[in-house]
Amino acid sequence: MSAANNNTIDIKKSFVDAILAGLISLIVFGPIVGVVLQGYSFNMEPMRVAWLVGIVMVGRFFLSLFLQTEKGLSVLQGFERPGSGVHVLPPDYKSRLRWVIPLVIVLAIIFPFMANKYVLTVVILGLIYVLLGLGLNIVVGLAGLLDLGYVAFYAIGAYGMALGYHYLGLGFWTVLPLAAVAAGLAGCILGFPVLRMHGDYLAIVTLGFGEIIRLILNNWLSFTGGPNGMPVPSPTFMGLEFGRRAKEGGVPFHEFFGLDYNPDLKFIFIYTVLFLVVLAVLYIKHRLTRMPVGRAWEALREDEIACRAMGLNHVLVKLSAFTLGASTAGLAGVFFASYQGFVNPSSFTFFESALILAIVVLGGMGSTVGVVIAAFVLTVAPELLRSFSEYRVLLFGILMVLMMIWRPRGLIRISRTGVTPRKGVAP
Amino acid sequence: MDGIFLQQMINGLTLGSVYGLIAIGYTMVYGIIGMINFAHGEVYMISAYLAAISLALLAYFGIESFPLLILGTLIFTIVVTAVYGWTIERIAYKPLRNSTRLAPLISAIGISLILQNYAQISQGAQQQGVPTLLEGAWRMEVGNGFVQITYTKIFILVAAFVGMAFLTYVIKFTKLGRMCRATQQDRKMASILGINTDRVISYVFIIGAAMAALAGVLITMNYGTFDFYAGFVIGIKAFTAAVLGGIGSLPGAMLGGIILGIAESQFSGLVNSDYKDVFSFSLLVLILIFRPQGLLGRPLVAKV
Repeated sequence: MSAANNNTIDIKKSFVDAILAGLISLIVFGPIVGVVLQGYSFNMEPMRVAWLVGIVMVGRFFLSLFLQTEKGLSVLQGFERPGSGVHVLPPDYKSRLRWVIPLVIVLAIIFPFMANKYVLTVVILGLIYVLLGLGLNIVVGLAGLLDLGYVAFYAIGAYGMALGYHYLGLGFWTVLPLAAVAAGLAGCILGFPVLRMHGDYLAIVTLGFGEIIRLILNNWLSFTGGPNGMPVPSPTFMGLEFGRRAKEGGVPFHEFFGLDYNPDLKFIFIYTVLFLVVLAVLYIKHRLTRMPVGRAWEALREDEIACRAMGLNHVLVKLSAFTLGASTAGLAGVFFASYQGFVNPSSFTFFESALILAIVVLGGMGSTVGVVIAAFVLTVAPELLRSFSEYRVLLFGILMVLMMIWRPRGLIRISRTGVTPRKGVAP
Repeated sequence: MDGIFLQQMINGLTLGSVYGLIAIGYTMVYGIIGMINFAHGEVYMISAYLAAISLALLAYFGIESFPLLILGTLIFTIVVTAVYGWTIERIAYKPLRNSTRLAPLISAIGISLILQNYAQISQGAQQQGVPTLLEGAWRMEVGNGFVQITYTKIFILVAAFVGMAFLTYVIKFTKLGRMCRATQQDRKMASILGINTDRVISYVFIIGAAMAALAGVLITMNYGTFDFYAGFVIGIKAFTAAVLGGIGSLPGAMLGGIILGIAESQFSGLVNSDYKDVFSFSLLVLILIFRPQGLLGRPLVAKV
């Protein structure tokens, strides 16, 4: 990258790069892609290897050419600039979001009257992931703690609903706050010992914890039903049920209000409650980031040693973020269980954790709007691209790596309004 | 009863020596760049596929004798897996050297998802297997039962210890090892003294991948089956072993692997084999609570 060869493009170098990349990719892809095991013997698939190697060589050639141009050099230098962090806006800046938010709320109110059941369920799923993304965003994005077992808290919420109904006869409304508390408590118990130590350990402990929860749910047949899962009751509104007929002589919702029976009522109800909860969480998070604890989260993420030197209790600050994130996942779990009407351990694999992490990474660490958009993109896109479902995980993985190389802080820049010191206050 | 105990002891020793081999990859990478390489378990999984592919290829060319088969498989698997290790480091970690603290971890998660899905798409989601290479076992009467040691297990123990001894020699007595140790102690100082630290980091990834490849061949020989998801659980367990022994310490990784292997085997023999993974993960949490620096590690001191 010296200044001397700024304007000259060395095609020979690009060729050498491409051939080297081709050789490496031949070694890498050759055996695994080219020789498909079948029992103890194998089938050869040389064409697949040829395609992959060809793509890699052509890609490397053009990448090498591009990186020798002016533009490429500037991109390369852009990568190497660290700390392109928060973007500070002038103090009197008014966000354009104040027009967007009422618009979104109005749209959300009209929406259930327009949508059919399929669209409604997709949007509910999207909202559940928004909730999960928001929760994980507090942990990963704001506090900088990598939580790879986030799905465990989600599972606690969902199974809390199923087990609570099955063993204690609890309904949706009782479980909703209880699940948040239970998941938060679990996060607290897990987080407290681990958060005292070096941050990276948390990642692997949570990874292990996620797997422990899944294994217990899977193996404890007598209590959780094992891989067969458990049924979950439909939610009720003030004791009114959403079925065509209520059981035990009750009055169903539609008869009580004199409406026509609509089989989608249950989903409309879940959608409404979920939407309100998402709004509440958004508001709480918005306020929290401006409170001392939110500032402390971000400060700890940026420089832990400096924070401790300033007298912040790093364990408590991290624990508060971890617990809040966990309880949000608990809430999402209750919605997920009610929406599905059924829970089983296969909904809570490591892949779910990775998906939620991908939402946070793509949306931008700490950016709320980004997370909301990313959650919808990553949950709705698979519905539209069913034929690519095989490659979904691969795409998420590539997305994560590329995002980390290209924009480690997410697609949407975090911006914050600056403050002007008040007059009469000592500087 | 003590027959079962002894049997599980031997099973645990073989399993643990293999955990130790994989743990070396975690511990060396952590020691040198302070990052948990989540993709390491997946590198092991890839090496298991490579071992099976190599065995199938060699059998196709009519090679039947055990020494030739195992030698060919070992060389093939170790070389190709080492290339994987190098490529992964080059693509996913090297551009992130000066990035935020979370970036390499998330990138590693991405790589591990990519490798899992890549193996699943190219080889299919079904379980794969290899034939038993070494038939026969050595039996011994103990108390009211008997202990059986298959020749495969003996081979695994020998191969794992040879691998560890070779690595210890390389790290302790060669120029490459000295460069690794210097970079581990102080990367900046090492680079001032003329060590190409970027290259040393690449070497460490190559060594880690090669050890994982050795483990992949050995585990595949022992169990005979694997699938694209196999790297996940073994990865966490090997990491547990690394933490148990003290992360960053090479003998610690080997010791931790053996202790974890024995503890896990005893647990599944004496208590319940359904929950043996739960036991290992709980062990990890407990170690981190009570002795985060591990058995042989030094306490972590944060540097500004």
